[in-house]
Amino acid sequence: MDYRLTEEQIMIRDLARQIAEEKIKPVRAEYDEKEEFPWPIVKILADSDLMGIYIPEQYGGTGGGVLALCLATEELSRICGGISLSLAATALGTFPLLLYGNEEQKKKYLPDIAKGKKLSAFAITEPEAGSDAGSIKTTARKEGNYYILNGTKQWITNGGEAEFYSVIAMTDKKKGARGATAFILEKGMKGFEFGKKEKKLGIRGSATRELIFNDCKVPAENILGKEGMGFIVAMKTFDSSRPGVAAQAVGIAQGALDEAVAYATQRKQFGQTIASFQGIQFMLADMATQVEAARALVYSVARMVDAGCKDVAGPSAMSKLFASDTAMKVTTDAVQIFGGYGYMREYPVEKYMRDAKITQIYEGTNQIQRTIIALNLIKGSHKK
Amino acid sequence: MNIIVCIKQVPNTTDVRMDPKTNTLIREGVESVINPFDTYAIEEGVLLKERFGGKVTVISMGPPQAENALREAISLGCDETILISDRALAGGDTWATSYTLSMAIKKVGSFDIIICGKQASDGDTAQVGPGISAHLDIPQVTYVKKIEEMGKDKAKMERLMEDGYEIVETPLPCVITVVKEINSPRLPSLKGKMRAKNATIVKWGVKDIGCDLHSVGLEGSPTRVVKIFTPPPRKSGEILQGEVSDISKKLVDLLKTELH
Repeated sequence: MDYRLTEEQIMIRDLARQIAEEKIKPVRAEYDEKEEFPWPIVKILADSDLMGIYIPEQYGGTGGGVLALCLATEELSRICGGISLSLAATALGTFPLLLYGNEEQKKKYLPDIAKGKKLSAFAITEPEAGSDAGSIKTTARKEGNYYILNGTKQWITNGGEAEFYSVIAMTDKKKGARGATAFILEKGMKGFEFGKKEKKLGIRGSATRELIFNDCKVPAENILGKEGMGFIVAMKTFDSSRPGVAAQAVGIAQGALDEAVAYATQRKQFGQTIASFQGIQFMLADMATQVEAARALVYSVARMVDAGCKDVAGPSAMSKLFASDTAMKVTTDAVQIFGGYGYMREYPVEKYMRDAKITQIYEGTNQIQRTIIALNLIKGSHKK
Repeated sequence: MNIIVCIKQVPNTTDVRMDPKTNTLIREGVESVINPFDTYAIEEGVLLKERFGGKVTVISMGPPQAENALREAISLGCDETILISDRALAGGDTWATSYTLSMAIKKVGSFDIIICGKQASDGDTAQVGPGISAHLDIPQVTYVKKIEEMGKDKAKMERLMEDGYEIVETPLPCVITVVKEINSPRLPSLKGKMRAKNATIVKWGVKDIGCDLHSVGLEGSPTRVVKIFTPPPRKSGEILQGEVSDISKKLVDLLKTELH
């Protein structure tokens, strides 16, 4: 379908596709198998300017916004949904800065991120605070011009590899959700350490680690927004970043669909290609329709976010919900079309299925997305 | 440092088919790309610029659509581009082409090094680089796999040979042709692609570079292509097995009968 992309957006898409096909495809299985962080690929993405596509030009990016980020994430994920996270998870860690950073903070951190010299990460989840983000236990106690952080963040994508971390901690527990504050932390700060690297089902070309704060002293100037705004920072960040996860899901689904079509047209059973059977044709047709519908939703929401529309929370949640459910269904069907071969690691489709699952879970489970969508509906009905 | 890179736009070899009746390439619907060996020349030029400063000027002789190859060169980090395109150049062989390119290089003026790919994937002659050096009367180093040292007026290179490599020292300016072992070409950057989109491609015809009209195109080409054919597939060899005393006799008999 023609989404009326600009010349620059087409360039971004084509460049990401070229990098994915030429540089990522030959190594994706190895990174998946070894669970290593793909630094050589990050270098290529950085040299190609892709790490800064969503960052404004005055901070060293190319200013393409969320849609540019989605286009690149989709193309990279079409080949590897794990390696693409070096870009997508860095964007998640950078949105708090873009949205709430002051000029000084932006000038300090954004240029290195835009150039791809340094990665960032976002940290809210804790062992006992997943969907219930309000129950985070990490504390930030004020002491003069510093805050002292204590606690543990869990399952942080890019954890250990990134240099900059947007961390949500409680500055005033009594105030509940209004007592949370967002901070920028730098790797190497005293009292900031990393826990074990997690072993995962999918997205194994990305790093997921614990962040451990042990009397970690953070300058007060590292607060993003104001004290007490932590949850607003987090929610607004997700509004901007969820289309990116959705784009990752669309890419994974498209990659699996491409593989399924190629396989169905060459695999012969009963003396003919399996693509000549209506049973397979109907599956492929449904898969393609769902992927296209997801893509249309993702691009529309990305454009809304870039245009500065209000009330993007609902649409943003819808894009993440629909695209990730689509990815899970389409990748599962792709494995089915491959039959026994699809279940084998020698073929790429089982990896698509493993990589798809996380998109239904992280940046808010799809149950949380439905809650957001429903609350926006109800809020909207009260306004009428 | 002023670096000149000469490139050629060629049909993507993975798609090339021959017309068995006319013995020519079927070019319709075939994607055009930068000659793969020239991508190493571009990369080496850009690497030299990154090390020593200066600029990379890319020159290509070809039809108007060769402009796309030059734009791609800009997206890969080159600075200026010149397309030499003229109907009078049609049918030129490697002699006429290297003459034309040398005239364009003379017009560019100052340069420290000229870099070419070792050969083009369509013609495979490997003659244009050396031809440029002959026309300009400057040294050439072919099949360069590494630039070891780059001084102000001399350079040291490694030349790839079939059974090893030679280390050659040459005065500058000179022409080098490079092999794929020399580097690994980068992918374009987004900012490079944007620059390429808006870049002005300088276009010169034969008159602009002061070519002798009898020395270019078909008329200026001493080469005559008499026939093009696909060589018949080689028959598979025969392996003789058994005791040495038996098979050596058999081999002698075979040689006698087969060679008759």
